[in-house]
Amino acid sequence: MSTFELPVLRNAATQTLNPIRDIRDLLQYWNLIANLVQRDLTVRYKRSVFGFLWTMLNPLLLMIILTVVFSSVFRFEGIEHYPTYFLSEYLVFGFFAQTTVQSMTTLAWHGSLMKRVRVPKSIFAVATTLSGLANLCLAYIPLFLIMAFTGSPIGWAVLFLPVAFLIIAAFTLGVSLMLSALAVYFQDVSHMYQVATVGLMYMTPIIYPISIVPYKWLWLIRINPLTHLFKLARDPIYQCSLPGLHVVGASVASAAVALVVGWVVFHRLARGFYLHL
Amino acid sequence: MATPAIEFRDVSLRYRLLAERGIVTLKEWVIRRLTTGMTYQELSALADVSFAVESGRTLGIIGHNGAGKSTLLRIAGGILAPTAGEAIIRGRIAPIIELGLGFEGELSGRENIFFNGALLGRSRNEMQERFDEIVDFSELGEFIEQPIRTYSTGMVARLAFAIATTVDAHILLLDEVLSVGDEQFRRKSKERIDSFRRAGVTILVVSHDLDAVEKMCDDAMWLEHGVIRRSGLAKEVVKAYRTSMDPGQAEPGVGGTVRLAGP
Repeated sequence: MSTFELPVLRNAATQTLNPIRDIRDLLQYWNLIANLVQRDLTVRYKRSVFGFLWTMLNPLLLMIILTVVFSSVFRFEGIEHYPTYFLSEYLVFGFFAQTTVQSMTTLAWHGSLMKRVRVPKSIFAVATTLSGLANLCLAYIPLFLIMAFTGSPIGWAVLFLPVAFLIIAAFTLGVSLMLSALAVYFQDVSHMYQVATVGLMYMTPIIYPISIVPYKWLWLIRINPLTHLFKLARDPIYQCSLPGLHVVGASVASAAVALVVGWVVFHRLARGFYLHL
Repeated sequence: MATPAIEFRDVSLRYRLLAERGIVTLKEWVIRRLTTGMTYQELSALADVSFAVESGRTLGIIGHNGAGKSTLLRIAGGILAPTAGEAIIRGRIAPIIELGLGFEGELSGRENIFFNGALLGRSRNEMQERFDEIVDFSELGEFIEQPIRTYSTGMVARLAFAIATTVDAHILLLDEVLSVGDEQFRRKSKERIDSFRRAGVTILVVSHDLDAVEKMCDDAMWLEHGVIRRSGLAKEVVKAYRTSMDPGQAEPGVGGTVRLAGP
């Protein structure tokens, strides 16, 4: 019929793991990703006038509560500008926790869709991560306001933040892929994980300084990849300095491992989705 | 002979279902694994199906409910992956398997056109270019700016059909969707399918409407319990199928040893 090259769909039982094919597939559906993200954000911000304001107000109000609690009830010695210390990591933790939890519901929610039209199944985790990333960037506006208000210094190192976000997002995407695929098979994964996120938050020095951790538990904090990942976002803001090479190294390594493991697990489990969704 | 547009090579879709229903939690799964082990039931929706459709031909797939027709169409569309064999589809596919996917009542017809197009893997530019044509064909006029929850069922169906078929495609996958809308729109949609045929588009159609299959298909394939019972020229296959359904004839389903089940 036509002499130019036709797209060929090879739907075979034995599909080898091929990251390039998967990435090309995702890029082909870029328009869908953009649509999903746009939909996500419109629902959040456009529908209610306060939607947008809430993302701003949320950290602000939380900050007031935590400032009261941690500066008059519990006190961590030697933390100047506590609001900046806390928020610079809490915001990224919020991004990580929300995105991973939401990726499970999004995948299940789009289940009927995947049975009826051919879309790359990982597209939902990618879209959820991207809209989480957009929300994260917006949440930094109130943080900078608080910093200006409390006299916390802002240095050139903030320019490192986009790189930090990218590494954290890659890690988050890997975890999202794995969890969302598991949650399709087992309903209790989502419940268990929501409890686990609370544990994760206390296993990471977000609200407290690492110096108060007893020596015998220090290893637990150290092996927690989130400790290093979140430090990527804290150092440029709180220390006004670039994170150390070992922090960057540990973060990039955990992000790479999470992405590869998450993608392989997702790929394996995705074939049976239609029986469970 | 040219390479066929659609090619199935020993395609099977079998799956194991847990005999004990209701293992839905990780906890139960782990406990079962550690204690009694699990028993599965083998089910087969398609078994070693091989066929090829030459470019520009129309193949109709007939058979009883649960014979594997829709499964076959979904494998051709890349929605389901086979558990054995492979399906090769050469050309751009327009799946008309399920209409109006992802339609959102609160959004306007316009917004839904773009989202539905994105779901079908089309670019924003392409949707932009074809937008007027889609609105035209769906006969919605001014209504296109209204939220589609205000539409009648017929209007929604027309819009969905218009989006699905306003596309440059080499291969059309049709699943019993020609019955949307009123008589006039049905005629219009049939005409559109005909124009695809004239343009040399390869069509795979699943239908219970034997007259329609006889009329619009070059070839036909009769599926039973996931295996091809007969294939050949549409007229002959439909005739054989009709005879088998005659009460005077032998009971259909002899020779089908595979258990049937649709996903």
